[in-house]
Amino acid sequence: MNEKERIAKRVAKELKPGNIVNLGIGLPTLVSNFVSKDAEIFFQGENGILGIASEIPEEISNPNLINAGGKYVDIIPGAMIFDSAFSFALIRGGHIDVTVLGAFQVDQEGHLANWMVPGKVIAGMGGAMDLVTGAKKVIIAMTHTSKGTPKIIKKCSLPLTSIRRVDLIVTEFSVIEPTDNGLLLKEISPDITLEELKEITEAELIVPDDLKLMEF
Amino acid sequence: MKIVSPQEAISFISEGTTLMIGGFLGVGTPETLIDELINKRKSNLTVICNDTSFEDKGIGRLIASKLVKKVITSHIGTNKETQRQCIENELEVEFVPQGTLIEQIRAGGAGLGGILTPTGIGTIREKNKQLIEIEGKKYILEKALRGRVALVKSSKADHLGNLQCSFTARNFNPVMALACDIVIAEVDELVPTGSICPDEIHIPGAIVDYVVIRSEKR
Repeated sequence: MNEKERIAKRVAKELKPGNIVNLGIGLPTLVSNFVSKDAEIFFQGENGILGIASEIPEEISNPNLINAGGKYVDIIPGAMIFDSAFSFALIRGGHIDVTVLGAFQVDQEGHLANWMVPGKVIAGMGGAMDLVTGAKKVIIAMTHTSKGTPKIIKKCSLPLTSIRRVDLIVTEFSVIEPTDNGLLLKEISPDITLEELKEITEAELIVPDDLKLMEF
Repeated sequence: MKIVSPQEAISFISEGTTLMIGGFLGVGTPETLIDELINKRKSNLTVICNDTSFEDKGIGRLIASKLVKKVITSHIGTNKETQRQCIENELEVEFVPQGTLIEQIRAGGAGLGGILTPTGIGTIREKNKQLIEIEGKKYILEKALRGRVALVKSSKADHLGNLQCSFTARNFNPVMALACDIVIAEVDELVPTGSICPDEIHIPGAIVDYVVIRSEKR
């Protein structure tokens, strides 16, 4: 398992039967690989699906059936298709139980920046702002650093996606819960020491007595 | 409803028109109508759409043909040409969160002046916007959006112009049809009137002005 798969596998443990889950493009899409078919999770695509099954090869696909990342997919029996207004009513209206998203930066107050790097990445926000605003639980799935630069920092310098505090941050080295008092380190990877983790985290971490090891 | 050729359909669009074009990453975009816009070099267009797809697909082809002056959209990340034109100031890009955009369009078709949404509070989306507080929660006032011509895609049309969309090709199409003065639909096939179940019509023929059959090569 590479580091991205480890992150995805740990995130998958947070999902409960009956949950409606939206997975962002990139690393978050790997989460569905670690969810069993019996888990009764409803994967939502912002482009108008509730009940995404899995990605399938183009040769056997329906050209009108893609996920929000543009990949051809199959849907589960009992899936529903709807238009974008209904889709974003589900998203903004608090009907999505969990959204899993990537990040450029997350800060000490649990604020997320994941849609723009001025001068470098001007892709636009797509559905990200609505997802972070509306979902019951927001999980950030990301690598701990980007080319050696910490991504968990004191204050976001990039344009924010939302002022809503995210609920959980999962990296290959840590599981962190933003709280009223700051970032609470809940789990640490067995492959890193606490000192090494602090060196690659610019934000301050609250280290509890009952700090657990991440299990892969 | 009138069945017309692609050429006749595009004759209703002049230079500088504001168009709403359906599609999500190109799925649900009327490609034959895009072909004809390019053939007839309809330029200086303002396009309202979810995204600009890829360079060689859907709205991306319109961008590559340099016919678009301004795009109001939620995402351009999959199209490097759109990003290049934006950086070089050849194309004006107005980013709107996808949920806000679809509701602004829905409001435009639904007779509403605008919407109140919490999306964007505390971000740069707030800039130049009116904020309204209701029972302690803050909302951005976003105005309704309308267009002159809606270019929509569906898989089936009957002879009244009732339209049925296929899977994720539906996306923005039904809502855009209500928010524009003229509705032009490109369809995969014409079916007998009455063969689409009333429960399964996504856009009523009564508001569709013109239907174009998708060309073979698309």
